Amino acid sequence: MSALAELAQGLAKGKIRVVDLTETLSPEFPYISLPPEMGQAWPFRIEEVSRYDERGPAWYWNNFSCGEHTGTHFDAPVHWVSGKDLPNNAVDTIPPDRFVGPAFVVDCSKEAAKDADFLLTKKYLADWEKKHGRIAPRSWVLMRTDWSKKSGDAAAYQNYDETGQHTPGPDTDAVKFLVEERDILGFGTESIGTDAGQAYHLRPPYPCHYYMHGAGRYGLQCLKNLDQLPPSGAIVVAAPLKIRNGSGSPLRVLALVESK
Amino acid sequence: MLERPKRKNPVLRTRLPTLPPAARSRIALGLTAAAALGRFELQQCRDCGTVQYPPREACQKCLSIKLEWKAQPQDGELLSDTVLHHSNDLFFRERLPWRLGLVKLACGPTVVAHLHESAQSRVHVSAKLDRAGQAVLVATPSKETNMAEDRQLREFTCDPRFRKVLVTDGKTALGQSIVKALAKAGADLIWVGHSEPWKKFAGFDELQALKQVTLLPLDVTDSKNVREVAAEIGGKVDILINNAEYHRAYGIGNRSGIETARSEMDVNYFGLLRLAQEFGPAMRSRGADGLASAVAWVNVLSIYALANFPPHGTFSASKAAAHSLAQCLRAELRPAGVRVINLFPGPIDDEWNQLLPPPKVAPAALAGALVKALQEGVEDVYPGDVAQEWLARWRDNPKALEKELST
Repeated sequence: MSALAELAQGLAKGKIRVVDLTETLSPEFPYISLPPEMGQAWPFRIEEVSRYDERGPAWYWNNFSCGEHTGTHFDAPVHWVSGKDLPNNAVDTIPPDRFVGPAFVVDCSKEAAKDADFLLTKKYLADWEKKHGRIAPRSWVLMRTDWSKKSGDAAAYQNYDETGQHTPGPDTDAVKFLVEERDILGFGTESIGTDAGQAYHLRPPYPCHYYMHGAGRYGLQCLKNLDQLPPSGAIVVAAPLKIRNGSGSPLRVLALVESK
Repeated sequence: MLERPKRKNPVLRTRLPTLPPAARSRIALGLTAAAALGRFELQQCRDCGTVQYPPREACQKCLSIKLEWKAQPQDGELLSDTVLHHSNDLFFRERLPWRLGLVKLACGPTVVAHLHESAQSRVHVSAKLDRAGQAVLVATPSKETNMAEDRQLREFTCDPRFRKVLVTDGKTALGQSIVKALAKAGADLIWVGHSEPWKKFAGFDELQALKQVTLLPLDVTDSKNVREVAAEIGGKVDILINNAEYHRAYGIGNRSGIETARSEMDVNYFGLLRLAQEFGPAMRSRGADGLASAVAWVNVLSIYALANFPPHGTFSASKAAAHSLAQCLRAELRPAGVRVINLFPGPIDDEWNQLLPPPKVAPAALAGALVKALQEGVEDVYPGDVAQEWLARWRDNPKALEKELST
């Protein structure tokens, strides 16, 4: 049997499950906010065009608007200044084989529950690899924090105080390790950025954006259901919209998981 | 002293709004135009000086057609009074008994005026907008009389006392000043909107400590949110104060792209449109809902709505758009007797006007002007020195003002 036929059979028999890693796009879903004097990404907004009414008697449809970085979304290398001159750095030119790849899920949920500013370190990754095996090249590394369980409560999800946002993320050494020593495809998180809420204060600021995109790697954020994925063995399908020279896009992220 | 109205019995029918007689000749609208600004003006003959009433085409004494609208002294003597116990007019029929009188004005004419219950002999006459948005003459014991405390004259005010108010943005110093001023003026219940509810704003705790205040997430750029908030509270809002504003500096050349200008339009213009579509219908249905009926819609516009201020050029354009829409809203709310009040302040003393030199309107002063406008029955308010000065220049010669602002 061919590999794809085996996949089809696995799906048909429920041996392979499809897990949705995507938050629902809605106006209530929290969005990134920059200092108010800077340019802002649009939050998700939706306006009804018609709903079986005088505006269109037999059909229902909406117009929606949002920024490239709204809801569960993909970051392309061109998003960051460090990746601006790389080849194939925008969502329309990234080779399509990069949109399907294995995922390694690093569980930091206990640490994030204790400390919203938890930083994933190189040592934490080394310890994780001892237990679960080496992270393979061209894989997604997804940082499970269970932060997505707060997404119904925008204030808890954003977690602002007078010093800004407090959400977990990777530290600089962890990012460099994943790029330089593990050659990963990209890094994914459950919170509103691939970097920690306080990553402005790291060196360089926003190291995950800086090094991942500087090395032509990708980002996924506002993921959910990472607790349904095994530490390794899942396949992630994450194909952004094909926006010409787009820096990212909202997308549906799916994971294929083998049932035990 | 007006007593607190009884709580509404929510199973009884709500009376439909009616209006007092609204037809006016174009000349008579001169009285309304002045009253809309809180001014008392009558025509005066340039040839013989005679003050005219009612408004007319030619002087009643010398037949000159050189009649000018001019501010007049407002004192007078009540010559006679009468109490209506019957009227065929639907509006007055529902509000009987109604006290009227003849007042001899010190400036000459004798006029028919609506009377305060304790107006006797020496009275103060002013022109007020009635529920139809037209000027009528009102006689009170003194200049300081609070019309809202009088059962009859309350019809000419939009007093917040006993009323339920929505303030669309409580995150700004202006919003918080408005809420405090409303609480002080006796508003029963104040809903206060705040966008991006995950960002706790300065002054949050102070607002929440006011017993009249209920904070609710409200973002006027989100149609769904506006619709849901209107569904929840729209049937109880008596006064809607739209102070939600997006304001950044610069005109066309100093900023690239249209995103900031679009945000200004989205909040300042489309925000008003969304609110009007969702809250308008319920307010229209409650224009005659007793002493605490739906009564007013207030927009915080800007003096820049009259003439573009190029250093804040795109903001000016968004406020001009909002002003135009507010005129549409005024026309649509008029049949219900719900008044649209527009405030045209000069620069407010806030972070977005940081680099403009004084004078700037203090948020508390603007809030005071807003509440006063509700209490006094005016339509257009130009609070602060800058706004007053611009208004005078604009009325005198709009083209000249444009040229002055473009240098």
